[in-house]
Amino acid sequence: MIRFILLQNRQGKTRLAKYYIPLEDSEKHKLEYEVHRLVVNRDPKFTNFVEFRTHKVIYRRYAGLFFSMCVDITDNELAYLESIHLFVEILDHFFSNVCELDLVFNFHKVQVTSGYL
Amino acid sequence: MALSGMRGLSTFISDVRNCQNKEAERSRVDKELANIRTKFKNEKGLALHEKKKYVWKMLYIYMLGYDVDFGHMETVSLISAPKYPEKQVGYIVTSCLLNENHDFLRLVINTVRNDIIGNNETFQCLALTMVGNIGGRDFSESLAPDVQKLLLSNSCRPVVRKKAALCLLRLYRKNPDVVNVDGWSERMVHLLDEKDIGVLTAVMSLLVSLVANTPDAYWNCVPKCVRILERLTRGQEIPQEYTYYGIPSPWLQVKTMRVLQYFPTIEDPNIRKSLFEILQRILMGTDVVKNVNKNNASHAVLFEALALVMHLDAEKEMLSQCVALLGKFIAVREPNIRYLGLENMTRMLLVVDVQDTIKKHQAQIITSLKDPDISIRRRSLDLLYGMCDVSNAREIVEELLQYLTTADFGIREELALKAAILSESFAPDLKWYVDVILQLIEKAGDFVSDDIWYRVVQFVTNNEDLQAYAAATVLAYLDKPAVHETMVKVAGYLLGEYSHLLARQPGCTPKDIFYVIYDKFPIVTIGTKAILLSAFAKILLHSQPQDPELRERVIDVFKRYECSVDADVQQRCVEYLMLCEKGPDMVDIMAEMPKFPERQSALLKRAENTEGDAAEASATKLRLQQQNSMALVVAEPQTNGAAHPPILKPSVAPVQTEQLALPEPPSSAHQRALSNGNAHPEVPVTAAAAVAAPSLLEEPITAPASMPATAPAPTPAPSAVDLLGDLLAPLAIEAAPGTMPSDNNAILDFGLDPSGLAPGPAPAQVSGPADPLTLALYDGPDTKVQPIGNIEDWYKALMIKDSGILYEDPYVQIGVKADWRGIQGRLVLFIGNKHTGSLSNVKVVVLPPSHLRFQSPPVPDTIPPRAQVQCPFDIFCLQASRETAVLEFAYNNGNIPVGVNLKLPVLMNKFLQAVPVTANDFVGRWRALTGPPTKLQEVVRNVRPIPLAEMAALFNSLHIGVAPGLDPNVNNIVCASTFYSESAQATLCLIRVETDPSDRTQLRLTVGSPDPTTTYELKEYIKEQLIDVRTLTPVPPVVPAPTPAISGLTGPAAVLAGLI
Repeated sequence: MIRFILLQNRQGKTRLAKYYIPLEDSEKHKLEYEVHRLVVNRDPKFTNFVEFRTHKVIYRRYAGLFFSMCVDITDNELAYLESIHLFVEILDHFFSNVCELDLVFNFHKVQVTSGYL
Repeated sequence: MALSGMRGLSTFISDVRNCQNKEAERSRVDKELANIRTKFKNEKGLALHEKKKYVWKMLYIYMLGYDVDFGHMETVSLISAPKYPEKQVGYIVTSCLLNENHDFLRLVINTVRNDIIGNNETFQCLALTMVGNIGGRDFSESLAPDVQKLLLSNSCRPVVRKKAALCLLRLYRKNPDVVNVDGWSERMVHLLDEKDIGVLTAVMSLLVSLVANTPDAYWNCVPKCVRILERLTRGQEIPQEYTYYGIPSPWLQVKTMRVLQYFPTIEDPNIRKSLFEILQRILMGTDVVKNVNKNNASHAVLFEALALVMHLDAEKEMLSQCVALLGKFIAVREPNIRYLGLENMTRMLLVVDVQDTIKKHQAQIITSLKDPDISIRRRSLDLLYGMCDVSNAREIVEELLQYLTTADFGIREELALKAAILSESFAPDLKWYVDVILQLIEKAGDFVSDDIWYRVVQFVTNNEDLQAYAAATVLAYLDKPAVHETMVKVAGYLLGEYSHLLARQPGCTPKDIFYVIYDKFPIVTIGTKAILLSAFAKILLHSQPQDPELRERVIDVFKRYECSVDADVQQRCVEYLMLCEKGPDMVDIMAEMPKFPERQSALLKRAENTEGDAAEASATKLRLQQQNSMALVVAEPQTNGAAHPPILKPSVAPVQTEQLALPEPPSSAHQRALSNGNAHPEVPVTAAAAVAAPSLLEEPITAPASMPATAPAPTPAPSAVDLLGDLLAPLAIEAAPGTMPSDNNAILDFGLDPSGLAPGPAPAQVSGPADPLTLALYDGPDTKVQPIGNIEDWYKALMIKDSGILYEDPYVQIGVKADWRGIQGRLVLFIGNKHTGSLSNVKVVVLPPSHLRFQSPPVPDTIPPRAQVQCPFDIFCLQASRETAVLEFAYNNGNIPVGVNLKLPVLMNKFLQAVPVTANDFVGRWRALTGPPTKLQEVVRNVRPIPLAEMAALFNSLHIGVAPGLDPNVNNIVCASTFYSESAQATLCLIRVETDPSDRTQLRLTVGSPDPTTTYELKEYIKEQLIDVRTLTPVPPVVPAPTPAISGLTGPAAVLAGLI
């Protein structure tokens, strides 16, 4: 199952975070920081999967934005990878050619959209 | 979406984005927060749509990473708004801001339920989404039936049913009881007939979870799943919107195949046949295409199909087809596919017998070990580890060793451990094994844990033909200029034991060997020194006749370290000196170590541990350690002599003594200091050792098993525990729980006596077994119930809060809610049984300190499954004191007794109430208190340096009301609070804290009140708080301390209830 979904820019600012496990705010911040550190320096030629603690982070980079999903170690990685892309396509459709600024200024719309995932 | 009138929001966002630096951003955010706070305060005049705007802003601020600790009530109240825009905001922000354990959520359950059972589809969706996102226990208990109805209803639109299925899944994960197994398998079969792919996907997700828990119940879903798969792979009746890059809903395909993997095997030949046809088609029909997304999606399906083939014992032909495919994948450039190829190949090794086919790809896998991407390296390391057997061990381990020198730090430890395990399990000959481990230590000494070298020592000890070889090899390593400390340890131990076997070779006289080792002696740590000292003693005593020069040098070393500050080293030196003086008669004592019993490799165990959940593993380890150190302290006297009736079965004793003779790590000294009673560790040890050594020698010399007692290592330290674990676990069990605790103190006293020490009271750790918690340890390795979380942290939080968790373990949770008014208070314990069995022998006893009076309620003896019991205590404060009340809590889970002592958060500050004072009033009263004993002053040092505002917040949270602006000096804080107690009634306490801006670690604290006891206790209490300032969420400094209400509905809840 999906533990959490994060949408971060290259500086590590979180643009969207959805948690499916109950966490305290401080833990969330720590996770966001760690996930960002984990994915930001990876070469584009590397795999889209990184082991993270006892789970796996499936991430994908779109320009300066990282979409990361933390899933169980036995889950089907490619399926989640493609669902990230599906989400991005939906956002793209919604904002017609999406970019980070859209997500910043219309963060509330993003929240709404992600609710429909 | 109604977004008009949200200009304020975009302006705010632009403002924040335009901020030059973090400070500017912070001040802009603070300004906005203050604005929102005032708006919310004047609640009456705020229209719903304005509220909506502020709640959006709050969410934005929260997303920027700031704490938003107010306004939750306003957010929640928006849910009950009649119109969509407000309701939507309420739902979305609630699901982001609050997590499932938040109290406010209970208050909206009714509203949410009305939305779910209402007629408005959009509202239904909103409510289902929120419940699905949060999914707490309360929701799952009260809403599950309604959600089920929606899912099963025929009148709802697919979009609602889809959400209902996902929502139910979330609730099911939280609380499996919501889906009753009996009826559900029929219903699921019915649901799988669904035509709408969206609903079907959601239902399939639900099914995956259901089947994972109870596969037997859902057998009848199998044919349906196969049919769905067939429909998908043939691409029949798939609407355009569910086709993803030309592939019919890849996610549904993946999920369906996942479901099938939970059934052991498929019996029905027809279904089996058609399933294999489908799988065959997927395996053969997937090609690599240019489009990344299409490629990913089709491979997602393919890998799931592979997993399914592995799971069903397919025909050999199909399996080798799979291996061939995987072999192709691990050679491709595309990193994701290669990664998955490696991963699945590893899985394949576990399931079926295809080793030989996989071995063909060994070279390719080794190439991947050098990939720049750590994810791929990890996978290939795993695969190599999995595919290793006797035939290719040499090759693979050598490859690993070679890679070790260039590998990065992230992977080295794992690499070293795996190499060690492989070489141990598949060593073609033992010499090779010793070579490998020594190389390992040489190349990556920092990453070689103690377990690894202990294991070498065991092997060498147990194999006589290896001993001379090992000694010669380590000697060669020691000759190198830079040697890792671990190498020095192994070498010291092995040469001490076996160097005499080399005596005939040139350059290997005892003296030469001594010098080689001694060369390293000055630069190693204390722990290693201890091992080397033993080696010196052995070298000397093994050499007959003794070389006078060698003897002189060795005795010289012992004399020099006889006064070492380290008790362990000191004791060794003293004892060895005695031994040397006794001369050749003593040579038996220094004979070679007896063989170790065969046992499971500690390394393998460790590997198992690390592969499991990290947190859990460390918990097990911790448990093991506690247990061992306990068992050993109690059992120790056994080695010292036979005068006392044996507590341990004789068969156990020799095992244990061998155990004790292992080279010991440094921290044992610390433990020994403990077992020497509470006397000062340094002085007595010398005395003890001087007396102990001869006394040890006189008696047990006839009994061979007691020999190792002279190797003065009676207490292995925790780091040796992994290795010792397998031995000690049986010890702890075999010692009957009944006799242990009662004899305990006597045994300990005995243990101390021979050392010539006054048998002072045993130190805390040693007397531990007397309390019920530790007693549970002796029942077996797994019975100890550990709290989930830190009791101390909970307690600290409760010092300033009035409700929260006091204690939680896997079976029980204790919550606290308290109200305080004047001299009395009411504290309710909520004891919840989280477990599916009932808890018996429940004991809840409060040991009140003298200054408090407790009226305790009757507590039921048994708590039924999943029930909660409330215990309200009425508390009266008699006088000021800093003592804490202790709650003795015990229960039986089945036959396992669990008991803890918990501090209750009933502290002085609970009986304090902030009072507003004017400057004149304060000064007047301050002057009236002239000096001790009613006014006390103290300079407090070592204060944790915190800003003034934070300190004021701390005072406020402790109900010590800060009166801002009374003191002209901005670096001072003055406070006034009333303390309520029966002896002094209401006592006005005045506090003044003068801080030094240049040195925040010290301050002057003055406390005054008409009652001397209160003054003193309050001063001490504040001092404790300042020296140990906890990290707490800053409370706004100006807010007056909350006045507690005692009636049923308290503070925020009542306000909120009014709102809705």
